[in-house]
Amino acid sequence: MSSKKHYSITVNGKQEEFLAEPRELLIYTLRERLNITGPHIGCETSHCGACTVTIDGKSVKACTMFVAQADGKYVTTIEGIGGLDDLHPLQNAFKEHHGLQCGYCTPGMITRATKLLEENPNPTEEEIRFGMAGNICRCTGYQNIVKSIQAAAAEMNAAKEAAE
Amino acid sequence: MRYERPQTIEDATALMAGAEANAFVLAGGTDLLVRMQSDAFEADLIVDIKAISGFDAITQTEDGFVIGAAVPSAALSEDAALVAAWPGVVEAANLIGSTQIQGRCTIVGNLCNASPAADSVPALVAADARAQIAGPAGTREVAIADVPTGPGKVSLSKGEIIEAVLLPKPEPRTADAYLRFIPRTEMDIAVVGAAVNLSLGDDGTISAARVALGAVAPKVLLVEEAAEALIGSNLDEAALEALAVACSNASNPIDDKRGTVEYRKEVAGVLARRAAQTAYARAGEN
Repeated sequence: MSSKKHYSITVNGKQEEFLAEPRELLIYTLRERLNITGPHIGCETSHCGACTVTIDGKSVKACTMFVAQADGKYVTTIEGIGGLDDLHPLQNAFKEHHGLQCGYCTPGMITRATKLLEENPNPTEEEIRFGMAGNICRCTGYQNIVKSIQAAAAEMNAAKEAAE
Repeated sequence: MRYERPQTIEDATALMAGAEANAFVLAGGTDLLVRMQSDAFEADLIVDIKAISGFDAITQTEDGFVIGAAVPSAALSEDAALVAAWPGVVEAANLIGSTQIQGRCTIVGNLCNASPAADSVPALVAADARAQIAGPAGTREVAIADVPTGPGKVSLSKGEIIEAVLLPKPEPRTADAYLRFIPRTEMDIAVVGAAVNLSLGDDGTISAARVALGAVAPKVLLVEEAAEALIGSNLDEAALEALAVACSNASNPIDDKRGTVEYRKEVAGVLARRAAQTAYARAGEN
């Protein structure tokens, strides 16, 4: 039985209106309905974090949410964090410090890391590892992911100081 | 699948009471959605309780705290009064899943999922928390320990929904602590979880205690022998040893990839000792 409902979600600043089944997972809404393919599907069971997005200021795995639960909310994906011409300091740091190998986990890693650095602009290595525990890298490239986040934190803090 | 988002608890319980089969209450969804994906089953009815007024609030009353059924775990650590009163409950709730899960998951969901290894449940039992249940026949209160009856099973009747967790106002010089052991450093299922809640008398001896264990039996255990080992002591080595022995003896765990029966029994004693030491130090500061 089809029971489509009307939903409105703001993704990366753009309001999207559409009809969908309430039980559609948000990750499918983003990727297949709205063609926002930055957030990846790794496990669909909230283990891996590849689908991490920001919803109303909090990190969320987009596979643990029905589209109905996201109605009226503000979603930010990796596309809203920075693009080829205006890389976010985290994206730049992951590039410079080899924070990715196959790259599959990277959109989720960086999206989560943006919130981590907002919550704690000067994290220790242990705090980074704890704060990123919901994101898994199948290449096991954790050492360079931590280094990339540390480098981005240093750059962002220096930029903030220079601006003051 | 029918998805309903009622505005009142009466509408929510009526929907659950009238459902034919496969009806589920949804709050954070961090267990339900994963089960729907991994077991590939379809729900007939989902009742989302997040729009019900007051369900997302932590309220301090004369009797203690009322934590609404839709309050995400992350919000517990943002409530300074709750952290001061029940640090063990908050630290347990903050061990559920990762940061991404914390923003969604709820302690009522953790309770109703009825995993023997649920992190927040031993801490709630040690704190002598109660569940406020709404249903077609009105509301009732039960001790948290009486909600789960075994793995994946709860004592709720058809149409009943837990509205809130009620935490008592702690007595003076009272504190709790929760510790769990997992094979990796974060984000895993508890091998053992241990919660201790204790009160100190004027002379510094322990005047009251509650000790609860998770992941060592089909449901959470309240270990009275362990509490008796603490009461009247200054948490000296003899009391700690008696506590550890009582916890090991009370444990009736399974063997699995995370630990053998023998190992879990041993760890239950060790964790209870350490949780008691933390709770004792915290109570002394109150």
